Amino acid sequence: MAQGLTKSFGTFTAVDGIDFAVERGEAFGFLGPNGAGKSSTMRMIGCVAPITAGTLRILGMNPVTDGPRIRARLGVVPQQDTLDIEMTVRENLYIYGRYFGMPRAELKAKVDALLEFAQLTDRAKSTVDPLSGGMKRRLTIARSLINDPEILLLDEPTTGLDPQARHVLWDRLYRLKQDGVTLVLTTHYMDEAEQLCDRLVVMDGGRFVAEGSPRSLIADHSTREVAELRFAPGANADAAVALAAAISGDRERVEALPDRVLLYVSDGEAALRRAHHLGLSPVSSLVRRSTLEDVFLRLTGRSLID
Amino acid sequence: MTLLSDAPRTSTALRILPPGMYSARSHVVLERAFRVYRRSWLVVFSGFFEPLFYLFALGTGLHQLVGKVVGPGGHVITYTQFIAPALLAASAMNGAILDATNNVFFKLKYAKLYDAMLATSLGPLDVAIGEISWALIRGGLYSVGFLVVMAAMGLTVSWWAVLLLPAALLIALGFAAVGMAVTSYLKTIQGLEIVQLAVLPLFLFSGTFYSLSVYPAWLRVVVECLPLQHGIELMRALNSGALDWSLVGHAAYFVGMAAVGLVVTARRLDRLLLR
Repeated sequence: MAQGLTKSFGTFTAVDGIDFAVERGEAFGFLGPNGAGKSSTMRMIGCVAPITAGTLRILGMNPVTDGPRIRARLGVVPQQDTLDIEMTVRENLYIYGRYFGMPRAELKAKVDALLEFAQLTDRAKSTVDPLSGGMKRRLTIARSLINDPEILLLDEPTTGLDPQARHVLWDRLYRLKQDGVTLVLTTHYMDEAEQLCDRLVVMDGGRFVAEGSPRSLIADHSTREVAELRFAPGANADAAVALAAAISGDRERVEALPDRVLLYVSDGEAALRRAHHLGLSPVSSLVRRSTLEDVFLRLTGRSLID
Repeated sequence: MTLLSDAPRTSTALRILPPGMYSARSHVVLERAFRVYRRSWLVVFSGFFEPLFYLFALGTGLHQLVGKVVGPGGHVITYTQFIAPALLAASAMNGAILDATNNVFFKLKYAKLYDAMLATSLGPLDVAIGEISWALIRGGLYSVGFLVVMAAMGLTVSWWAVLLLPAALLIALGFAAVGMAVTSYLKTIQGLEIVQLAVLPLFLFSGTFYSLSVYPAWLRVVVECLPLQHGIELMRALNSGALDWSLVGHAAYFVGMAAVGLVVTARRLDRLLLR
């Protein structure tokens, strides 16, 4: 739970007074472009970054005075793998448990179970280096579970993984959620947010620009459907002006991109018919449902942020 | 199972530290080092040979030219007996510095090992104590090996030479702590070369191979401020059994180095990684 949570580096404010509360057992997502302040927020929750202002309580404790005690009950999956490259897969899990002060005897069974969970049993004696990206990520997640955390913090858990590896990871995370582990994650993959999160916030420039369930965010910030019309190169902007007549209602809108025109409407097929009545003939067109990606781009803009 | 006891937080000695710096579990950092080096013990072993090479090269070669010298307490000793304890001090320094700079820099900047450790319930002081202890144990192993060779070659002059081991450990501790503190300030890998550049003249000019009396007075004062010279004086006096109160001063120099290095290292880890 946080109130007015702020993080500054010198004059730069990375996180600018955010308020949020995560319930036990919930899957809560921070969505936002690079530099939105997601990782800084995660580091503050993980008690590895002191807060600049505001209040933060994790499991009812204050990170300023109870850092190690809170961290003992957290699992952390950092953005970049911090696996111990001088140790084997098995030793990575073992020594991490030792860092938490777990007794050797207890760790043996625990490590075996986690190797199984991460599907790494047959690689147990391998060093970390030759593992694939997906394996390393699974090992990092397995490692974060060694202390049976009540809250799991995942900073972009599947960035850089192939689709197979992502689906395996989602399956594992879903199982954890079923077991009652609170998941707090950041991502810029909309499908990931839709798959995993009960509730999410969209961050931009250190602030929240929207919050709610994936479904309610789409309902609040986009239309039911999107019609995508592609015209000849150079003709998209003019077509967009003409298409303004094809929409109605206060929610519906037209967006002209260099390569296509998007119509945010409640009924995509009807909008297409109206476009044809207006005498416009796109090279190609399709109608799809609105996604979180539409919400995200609407709220955080299309320009590149670095 | 208690993951964290309240003891470190309330102990008087550590009350000055911010909360969360220490959770009394530095031994698991040490356990990691043992597991890693159990597989690559040959690498550890290599450091044992360096001072031996110097001892054989200079002891057999120069010994013929120099012959006998007057050691501490007015004892007449062979040149090899003169340089052996100094080489022991230098090897304690080299072993400790090597681990506390190169290896620690790698783990800090590239392997992100300390980031991973600090995400657990370990504190920066646990990490600092654990890593400095490892550098110390490694340096201690080299010293034991060297001492055995010294004794076997008849280079120990008095029974006080058994104290060379604790003295070597103290020297290693001082250099390991300061070395790690310096490493925490380095930004690039080139910085490590500058550390080596500082260590080499320390080794050559701190009176390892000759008495400081050959220097003009001002240069003597400069060298007497530098750490290795204190280690060499301490070792040489212990080897000859020429004990006096100045040895306490030499030892105190290293205790000071260790204390300052440890505190600076823990604070720097805190600043670098927990921000």
